[in-house]
Amino acid sequence: MNQTVSLRPPAPGAPPLVQERGQREVFCGLTGIVWLHRKIQDAFFLVVGSRTCAHLIQSAAGVMIFAEPRFATAILDQRDLAGIADINDELDRVVSRLLERRPDIKLLFLVASCPSEVIKIDLVRAARRLSRQHEPRARVLSYSGSGIEKTFTEGEDACLAALVPELPAEAATAAPSLLVVGALADIVEDQFAAIFADIGIADARFLPMRRASAMPAVGPNTRFLLAQPFLAETARALESRGARRLAAPFPLGAEGTTLWLKAAADAFGVPASRFETAVAPGRARAQKSLTRHIERLSGKRIFFFPDSQLEIPLARFLAREVGMRPIEVATPYLHRQLLEEELALLPSEARLFEGPDVDRQLDRCRAARPDLTVCGLGLANPLEAEGLPTKWSIELLFTPIQGYDQAGDLAELFARPLARRSRLEV
Amino acid sequence: MQLTLWTYEGPPHIGAIRVATAMNGLHFVLHAPQGDTYADLLFTMIERRAERPPVTYTTFQARDLGSDTAEIFKASAYEAFERFSPRAMIVGASCTAELLQDDPGGLARALDLPIPVIPLELSAYDKKENWGAAETLYRLARGLSGGRRQRPSRPRPLANLLGPTALGFRHRDDTVEISKLLGALGVDIGVTAPLGASPDDLTRLGEADFNIVLYPEIALPTAQYLEKAHGQPYTRTAPIGVGATRDFIAEVRALASLNASAPLQESKIEESRLPWWSRSVDSTYLTAKRVFIFGDATHALAAERIAREEMGFDVVGLGTYSREWAREVRERAKVHDIEALITDDYLEVEEAIAAAQPDLVLGTQMERHIAKRLQLPCAVISSPTHVQDFPARYAPQMGFEGANVIFDAWVHPLMMGLEEHLLGMFREDSEFHEGASASHLGAFSAPQRAPAAQAPPLSALAEKSAPLDPQWSDEASKELRKIPFFVRGKARGNTEKFARERGLTTISLGTLYDAKAHYGR
Repeated sequence: MNQTVSLRPPAPGAPPLVQERGQREVFCGLTGIVWLHRKIQDAFFLVVGSRTCAHLIQSAAGVMIFAEPRFATAILDQRDLAGIADINDELDRVVSRLLERRPDIKLLFLVASCPSEVIKIDLVRAARRLSRQHEPRARVLSYSGSGIEKTFTEGEDACLAALVPELPAEAATAAPSLLVVGALADIVEDQFAAIFADIGIADARFLPMRRASAMPAVGPNTRFLLAQPFLAETARALESRGARRLAAPFPLGAEGTTLWLKAAADAFGVPASRFETAVAPGRARAQKSLTRHIERLSGKRIFFFPDSQLEIPLARFLAREVGMRPIEVATPYLHRQLLEEELALLPSEARLFEGPDVDRQLDRCRAARPDLTVCGLGLANPLEAEGLPTKWSIELLFTPIQGYDQAGDLAELFARPLARRSRLEV
Repeated sequence: MQLTLWTYEGPPHIGAIRVATAMNGLHFVLHAPQGDTYADLLFTMIERRAERPPVTYTTFQARDLGSDTAEIFKASAYEAFERFSPRAMIVGASCTAELLQDDPGGLARALDLPIPVIPLELSAYDKKENWGAAETLYRLARGLSGGRRQRPSRPRPLANLLGPTALGFRHRDDTVEISKLLGALGVDIGVTAPLGASPDDLTRLGEADFNIVLYPEIALPTAQYLEKAHGQPYTRTAPIGVGATRDFIAEVRALASLNASAPLQESKIEESRLPWWSRSVDSTYLTAKRVFIFGDATHALAAERIAREEMGFDVVGLGTYSREWAREVRERAKVHDIEALITDDYLEVEEAIAAAQPDLVLGTQMERHIAKRLQLPCAVISSPTHVQDFPARYAPQMGFEGANVIFDAWVHPLMMGLEEHLLGMFREDSEFHEGASASHLGAFSAPQRAPAAQAPPLSALAEKSAPLDPQWSDEASKELRKIPFFVRGKARGNTEKFARERGLTTISLGTLYDAKAHYGR
């Protein structure tokens, strides 16, 4: 364990990738429930797991505890494990009770966890059985959020991939349509929909949808844009339904957003002049909002611990649009194919790591003493206490950061810890 | 299978981490899948700890299940030993790893490390966080405290302080307060554990004359073991509140063979301000305020006594999520002629609070959320905790300073005396209207009815309104609105109950006042 493996000779110019093994300080896939349950407003997420699962979601969702949650954990106990209780009967009982109490729920996800997978509870079958029992009142689907299978944002990928077979089929003769894939803040979604309409792509649709009854149709004439870099399984599932992925960098920053929109515009044959007219004001606003932060961020060395798989697009944005210098960019997983356009734009100075060992990475971070370290909540205060400024990575998932009108906010998230330090005299 | 929205306690390995994190020089190697490292953030964020918890997680994944997770455990344990050079190690498994049956204890033994390695059996599927902390401390004491020894005669008696952990509700400050108190009484402290102790310190546990059990949920099994193994008696009173602190002092003096009747002033102990604050006329309005108490057993029982003896409150609800202490809590509830609520189901607690309509909720962070939803004042008295429960200032719950802190913490959420009267007298006044709250609570704390569109709590959906509910007449309903909002819920409930019991189908103005006379204090 802990050996360092250099993988795949890098393409010329592209930074080499180092893979490590060892302790991975990352969330499991259940964590995505924290934002998915707010996004799909009539969905409920039922984790079949242990007290640890319940405690994790509660701890990760601590800030959102005020809202009535649309998630819960069916906690397995000794009786379930010993086979005294029939797990399927127990699950039926729990689901019936839940749906009875929450008539507003139209879509129920059974979410597999580490223990449910190790003892091989077949939630796919359970979901089918429960769906038959409760349709049309509620549909029941399943996916895995377990830490042994999924790392943090891969939970969203698994959830969306589980939705894909349920999407209605688009007629083979339908006009080409655009589907944007990946949970975005509602406000960002609305902005993108407006821009797409401006450039002449009417009725762009979004997955996940806000309501279970509004599932977007998909078919061979569907072109899709990934709004998030961690959706490999969902992309494959959409492709298996005939949809085609439009390769692009991700919509972070003025440049990223422009290239992302451009990929759609090109696929839909939008004339260059119309595209330019439609995006110019937004792009100018984004650039203007970034100038304010360039002074503070430019030339600063930034170091990424692995978290959401957004690390590479973020490093690209920070390097190219505000002049930061990414020295180490670690990501839990690197989907080369989905990130090809991003990697091409990443400065070669950046060392790339996939799934690093947390202790060894801390050694490198302490040795490098970067100006800013992007890391999870477990590491942030300890690094700050050692005098290393940090940015909590989870905020990058809970804040609207995509698109032109959020580009300045995104830069500000990185500028704020530095600005704070410069104010404090204690 | 139990449907759970929020949990009062984490799994047992979180309790073990709380013990390990409290100590110095102890390392915990936890066999656990990827993702279980979330536990670190509880300590670094909620408690603002400046170091990572001393825990190495094996973070195995599905691809490792086919090969050899046991090898991963051994490699992790060995690397942790090399990297962190701990003085002792504890090893265990979280829920998923428990299913793999890799036997961390046996694997660690096979490594033959030159330090004590103590295996933990954490029973993830039927035990919880506090049990895990108690079990870990007990295993450590058993493994490290050695054999019984002759205690030398000393000028001052020596006591160990047992129970404070990382992430404990005010453990940091309680430890300071009780240490000061013991010093003033003439008792020296041997080992404080686990907070701040090293494995080497634990080898000195047997030297003390007796043990102080601060938090029985965590320290009792250890104290019982030390009594058996080292002949050390231990204290039974948790010194929370004035009365309990006085009892605790008497208990310590008896165990330490000190003069039981020496005045405290001679020991330079400043008694609490609580008794005078409570007797001063301003506090008259606290009389018979109805409080609902829920928390771990130690804090709930302490709050019950303070509410009854030191604040003059009525206890209308008492409960705990610590099932191991159900008997004690039930006994205390009987005194108030109420049924104790022994549950770890948040929905049940919510229902009970809604039904009791208390003037004040004393609970955990969970009850704070319930109270917020029900628009009731609340003070936090127990774990589970939240970042606010780790204040920058010194704020113990134990000892005489703890009683001062408690008095303030419980009284501040309430309406102040005269203000309450003014609201009652001038209820139609534009500034004292029904939405107005106490001035010291700030403009934005004014309670607002939850918009109807918001999802009602699960418990509300579960309730069914009885078909024969009496209907409010316009006149009575108008009068009801004149009653200040903070007692209106109770007035409505009482009046409806009064009407139902008498088989009335309509509530008139007369019914409202008849009910008032019937239930009037």
